[in-house]
Amino acid sequence: MVMAMEGIKRIGDYKWEVPVGFKDGMRVPGTIFADERLIEMALQDRALEQVANVAFLQGIVYRSLAMPDIHWGYGFPIGGVAAFGEDDGVVSPGGVGFDISCGVRLLKTNLSESDVRPGLRELMAAMAGLIPRGLGTRGQIHSTESVLRKVFTGGGRELVRMGYGREEDLEHTERNGVYPGADPDRVSQRAYERGKDQLGTMGSGNHFIEVQAVEKVFMPEVARAFGLEEGQVTVMIHSGSRGLGHQVCTDYLQVMDRVVKRLGWVLPDRQLACAPLDSKEAADYLAAMACACNYAIGNRQALMHWTRVAFEQHFKGSDTGLGMELLYDVSHNVARMETHEVDGRKRRVCVHRKGATASFPAGHPEVPAAYKDVGQPVLIPGDMGTNSYVLVGAEQSMLESFGSTCHGAGRTMSRSKARKTIRGAELQERLERQGIIVMGGKLSLLAEEAPEAYKDVTRVVDVCEGAGLSKKVAMLRPMGVLKG
Amino acid sequence: MKFNTIEHTADIGIEVEADTLEELFAGAALAMFSIMVDVEGVEPVVSREVKLEAADLGELMFRWLNELIFFVSAKGLLLSRFEVKSVSDCGLEATVAGEPVDPARHSLELEIKAATYYELAVEKKEGTWFARAIFDV
Repeated sequence: MVMAMEGIKRIGDYKWEVPVGFKDGMRVPGTIFADERLIEMALQDRALEQVANVAFLQGIVYRSLAMPDIHWGYGFPIGGVAAFGEDDGVVSPGGVGFDISCGVRLLKTNLSESDVRPGLRELMAAMAGLIPRGLGTRGQIHSTESVLRKVFTGGGRELVRMGYGREEDLEHTERNGVYPGADPDRVSQRAYERGKDQLGTMGSGNHFIEVQAVEKVFMPEVARAFGLEEGQVTVMIHSGSRGLGHQVCTDYLQVMDRVVKRLGWVLPDRQLACAPLDSKEAADYLAAMACACNYAIGNRQALMHWTRVAFEQHFKGSDTGLGMELLYDVSHNVARMETHEVDGRKRRVCVHRKGATASFPAGHPEVPAAYKDVGQPVLIPGDMGTNSYVLVGAEQSMLESFGSTCHGAGRTMSRSKARKTIRGAELQERLERQGIIVMGGKLSLLAEEAPEAYKDVTRVVDVCEGAGLSKKVAMLRPMGVLKG
Repeated sequence: MKFNTIEHTADIGIEVEADTLEELFAGAALAMFSIMVDVEGVEPVVSREVKLEAADLGELMFRWLNELIFFVSAKGLLLSRFEVKSVSDCGLEATVAGEPVDPARHSLELEIKAATYYELAVEKKEGTWFARAIFDV
């Protein structure tokens, strides 16, 4: 068996262990949540080695974890989750990633597919006209340094104050739309320059805005609490902190790299650069990271605003009349201090989620009031042309994954291979035949984001459910995709 | 100088070989921009001086590539000419040139958003300088 050769062993129906002996220097074992097919995929590149590398870091508690959508990243694997003790642990910018607080929000409507289908192309064009996408584009919000400073501390709340949304949106955003602990003085001038005028822009890569129909409801009661029913049209927004987050990560990687040198630490990968949580460097990074989180939430708030405007123009009604309420906004690239039970006692730990989503069950204090009896909504974007999912946080996540679950499908094919094997034009035609309009982006880049280049998202969410990390509430089928 | 792109499941990287460190750094920049755009179509209309300090060659390469990404991301400037005047293990001086992004005229490909430290290498192998970098896209 491949598994035996790799030195990893199955420890449950959906769990595999990377033992401490897998690589010399691991402080704790690794756990990968996967079925046989997904673990085989993870073995095809160097993702497992990255799970082991994270286990080298000082103060890591319990295990180095990976969600079923694990794939090869840099430093941490994508899909990686790790927690570090408040007193003896570290924070690692690479464990958050470059696109700090990259995340997803889901906007509901009271429209049905039959209301939207006939004019879908025009609706998409209206959205495309309002939402800048791709390289070198500028947003409609003129964001000077003083505006940015307010967004860095105020997040979604500041955008609502500026007129881009309403109070109820904040009640349905992670942390009520504001990440605490932000300090705009910890953000470099470079980062300010990159963040300027990018609010309300989507960016490129795997980011998208998608018009969807609720295809299937799995848990009627939870779906009711979330306000979802079969046939209903939703809009999913996937974007992050744009150039600003990338610059914050780049800046602090250099800072942490020097800390590692100064402390004489030997890391298996320079991208894992980190600093003790009680150091000034860690505090500075976390304060800058919070600014980027708030910027990302603000960005998605602005993107949602322009989406609402496009719907208003197209359907000649108000967005409230169209039932355009925010279901939830949750990020999947973040580090934060949380309390978790570790080895039988409650501990403050810095949980890093790099391509993993918080998945808090009913009763957890961070679940918004409206959902407190059912649990936190978890939004899982499918890859282009495939279904997305709404999940709900489950109990087992608090015991086994620091309250985390997957974040998407996860790539399985490199970009150049996708380009060689898939033709953008054919892909677009194929999607159109399936009733999916794809707008924007270059055809060659479209091929890189083809469904074949990703794992099967249904398998990923099923494994999460099997492992008890989250439960499937509803499946959303794409109707129209706006790409970067 | 020669370069090629390397495979990574989610992202993309470059490998560069050159006779001198100056050529190596210039080559890495050209390799990176070749992933982003058809560099033949980017005219050297605007030039910028770049002066960087670093603690070692790895950090210098990290800073150099990220500095050039900054020009794209913050200034909307695509670059196609890289004249690296001097490189040592503690710093670099260069003149770079290009022009503002014009989607109508420039054939834009994959946007590179950051250069990472993962697998980053700058080393001399049998008399030839070698560099490798993996990007976030």
